[in-house]
Amino acid sequence: MKRHRLSTRLWHWLNLLCVVVLFMSGLTISNAHRYLYWGQWGFMPEQAWLAVPRFPDWMTIPGYYSLAVAREWHILMAWPFALGLLLMWIAMLANRHFKRDIATATDEWKPRNVKRDVVEHLKLNFDHGEGKYNFLQKLAYGLVFGVFLPMMIFSGIAISPGMEPTFGWLVDLLGGRQSARSLHFIFAFAIAGFFVVHVLLVMLAGPIHQIRDMITGGKADET
Amino acid sequence: MRRRGFLAAFGAAFVAGCNKIADTGPGKSLLSAAESWHKGAHRLLTDRTALAPVYPRSAISPFFRGNGSTDPQNGDYQASAANDFADWRLEVRGLVDSPLSLTLDNIRRLPQRTQITRHDCVEGWSAIGEWTGPQLSLLLDAAGLREEAKYIVFRCADNLNGEDYYESVDLIDAYHPQTIVAHMLNGRPLPIRNGAPLRMRIERQLGYKHAKYLTAVEAVASLDDIGRGGGGYWEDRGYQWYAGI
Repeated sequence: MKRHRLSTRLWHWLNLLCVVVLFMSGLTISNAHRYLYWGQWGFMPEQAWLAVPRFPDWMTIPGYYSLAVAREWHILMAWPFALGLLLMWIAMLANRHFKRDIATATDEWKPRNVKRDVVEHLKLNFDHGEGKYNFLQKLAYGLVFGVFLPMMIFSGIAISPGMEPTFGWLVDLLGGRQSARSLHFIFAFAIAGFFVVHVLLVMLAGPIHQIRDMITGGKADET
Repeated sequence: MRRRGFLAAFGAAFVAGCNKIADTGPGKSLLSAAESWHKGAHRLLTDRTALAPVYPRSAISPFFRGNGSTDPQNGDYQASAANDFADWRLEVRGLVDSPLSLTLDNIRRLPQRTQITRHDCVEGWSAIGEWTGPQLSLLLDAAGLREEAKYIVFRCADNLNGEDYYESVDLIDAYHPQTIVAHMLNGRPLPIRNGAPLRMRIERQLGYKHAKYLTAVEAVASLDDIGRGGGGYWEDRGYQWYAGI
């Protein structure tokens, strides 16, 4: 039994590629109209709840301002991103990775436990006892799998005018098309935030060991 | 500062890699194939006559933003506008049995459809307005669409950056009940900014499909020989022909 299953490893690296391309091309799309609104409509700075800064070219795909090219990348990578997440969810439920490693027990939500977990994290002590992941890890992975990543897909569908005749209820549920666009942006940055913390913690926990295990699978007792 | 430099260098290398892939033959065809996967998925999930959402009057935006051409200076447009578009003609031509040339009066006398819909620009903004005009299907049926016709091309009076604006849709969107030739916005004649005197409404696609300053509706079998072959002004500049995404 390996530390990371093959399905987890394949998905992890595919998803990394998708998220990076989607995020960087998304920044170009954001540059095309740098204002975010709530509700169905909005087109002027005065109506915006947020004026987004212009993202510099080096952060964007294709590296210069081209909404057309950015949309091509965005539209392409949406497919492996969405299908990959769907397959990963099916795999996680089938092989019990979700139930065993990510789903939390009621006990773990007790303030004392949460506090201990936070303190151990702050002390940079990652040597947690039994179980693969501690509470904060489960919470982070649960949020990413259950909320952040799926919300990108749902809000993305809600922004597409061609999908709306069928998914109008989804647009309404998200509060209108411009709200869906705002949520698309917010969750993109939530994922970016997770990415930064995740990479930081991998660095602190021993990057070579961690990255090697996510490629080869590692050994289960090595945690 | 050094970390930022590293990140920028890494970003630049990654972007360069992406651009390399986009330049290869397979990369190019993969990028454009994705558009047809989306179109296929949309068509699979959505009935060909399914309607875009409509809104109550209270949802109408206080102002309807114009984009692209907002005051064409080329040709006779300004003279025609000064004359209240009295001389304006809308031609229905191409692969039809009996071509038509309609005045604005002709168009106003046809059965009208009014719909309050949301306009989504490819840039990201949206505005809601009430549009009135005859359904495009009415004009196509009156002219008698021939069997070879596969696309409807919209010809426009405006010239943007030296090239004439045009657009096109397939017959599914051409015959969609909400596809109308609008001559009114919010109960008044179209403002010049929004495409006076006639513009298309293609409600299930992004704003650039909604051709303004409409002069002709042309039935064709192929888009290859029109403009640069992309099927529209923005499509010729790399944007998706299917703009429902």
